[in-house]
Amino acid sequence: MWTWFHKLGSPPHLYRLAGRLAPWLLWIAIVLIAIGTYGGLVLAPPDYQQGDGFRIIYVHAPSAWMSMSIYAVMATASAIGLIWRMKLAFAVAAASAPVGASFTFLALVTGAIWGQPMWGTWWVWDARLTSELILLFVYFGYMGLRAAFTEVQKADRTSAVLAIVGVVNLPIIHYSVVWWNTLHQASTVTKLDNPSISMNMLWPLLVMIIGFNLFYIAILATRVRSEVLGRERNARWVSEALSDLSPENGITA
Amino acid sequence: MGQALLAVVRRDLRIAFRRLPDLASPLMFFAIVITLFPLAISPEPTVLREIGPGVLWVAALLATLLALNTLFRSDFDDGSLEQLALSTHPLPLLVFGKILAHWLISGVPLVVLSPLLALSYDLSLNTLQVLALALLIGTPTLSLLGSVGAALTAGVRQAGGLLALLVLPLMLPVLVFGARATTLAATGQDPAGPLYLLAALAVLAVTLGPFATAAAVRVSLE
Repeated sequence: MWTWFHKLGSPPHLYRLAGRLAPWLLWIAIVLIAIGTYGGLVLAPPDYQQGDGFRIIYVHAPSAWMSMSIYAVMATASAIGLIWRMKLAFAVAAASAPVGASFTFLALVTGAIWGQPMWGTWWVWDARLTSELILLFVYFGYMGLRAAFTEVQKADRTSAVLAIVGVVNLPIIHYSVVWWNTLHQASTVTKLDNPSISMNMLWPLLVMIIGFNLFYIAILATRVRSEVLGRERNARWVSEALSDLSPENGITA
Repeated sequence: MGQALLAVVRRDLRIAFRRLPDLASPLMFFAIVITLFPLAISPEPTVLREIGPGVLWVAALLATLLALNTLFRSDFDDGSLEQLALSTHPLPLLVFGKILAHWLISGVPLVVLSPLLALSYDLSLNTLQVLALALLIGTPTLSLLGSVGAALTAGVRQAGGLLALLVLPLMLPVLVFGARATTLAATGQDPAGPLYLLAALAVLAVTLGPFATAAAVRVSLE
């Protein structure tokens, strides 16, 4: 029953599996994101207060969602790696960090662009923008700590402890920022999480979120493949797998 | 077990007092940062009263960060950290002893010094008391959170900037609640709420911190 799980721990198996899945996932993601973009930019009606300005949520909200869920993936993979000594879980965590940081950055930039017409300024110390900024710093810290070690095993285990400490702390940081924000600002009107969103505004958002998730998994699969190659560069299966690809081999074989 | 804890605390305190410059430099840093702000912003008493609580807390955060460099570094270099990890006593306990000693030599002097420095920001007597109390509750949390970062970077050369990047986001809640409590006191309101939240953070940090730091120490020693 658990063989599929144990197979995931085998580098050549994971390398092949990820290679087979990545193009499919990527194409499905691109199609979904295209549908979501069309739905969001063309089919959805303009908001009665924000006009067309609200449409940036179709990028902003999925990015913000991904920035947090990728951190959760990272922390979970780190915990799996530490507990079951599964090296490939560390590879997943390492491959996720830059993707998560990019989504966080995208969420910040789109938040600022949305804020310009809504609040009249590019940056507001709004609770969610601020905690997103802190999340970006946490990602940078994780990547910086990894970069400080030349030995991969050491980088894996050290950064794993940091990721787990971070996952305990991030909710506390988030709520302290929310608490701080409510005291300092006369509640900023944020309509992004208005629950009474109409159906033809909502479905493109959901499609976008699924598309972004698949996009992340596709990118993750590709990045994990190169992580695995780097980590196993001395293994025999790597030279075999790569020699299949080299052009002279293609001609002779 | 209590004896092992005491032995670690006593040892670290003795080492610290034999290296007085290391002990004093974070405090001098604290004092100098606080002196910079009136020069950079304005010496007007009204301005100083407004920025005072925040400046004092940011300075305390940075001073704690500076002091963290000495927490595990020399023990890591001379191998005594390894001996601690090999001992029969639980590592979280021993690490807690080290953090306790570190707080006694870096946190407590901040608490003692802060009312004096806060006077230069024209803060009222009541505010000084609340500030000292908030620092007394908040600095243990800062030491505990910082110890995780210090343990993770124990084997890294020139870890100063990295340590700041790792630790400062984690310290943010302490800064928010601590500065808020002090501001409330300065404006004549009841600071109990943020103080309770600071205490809650301290309880959480004391409960979980030593285990996280011990795990980080083990990883660093591998």
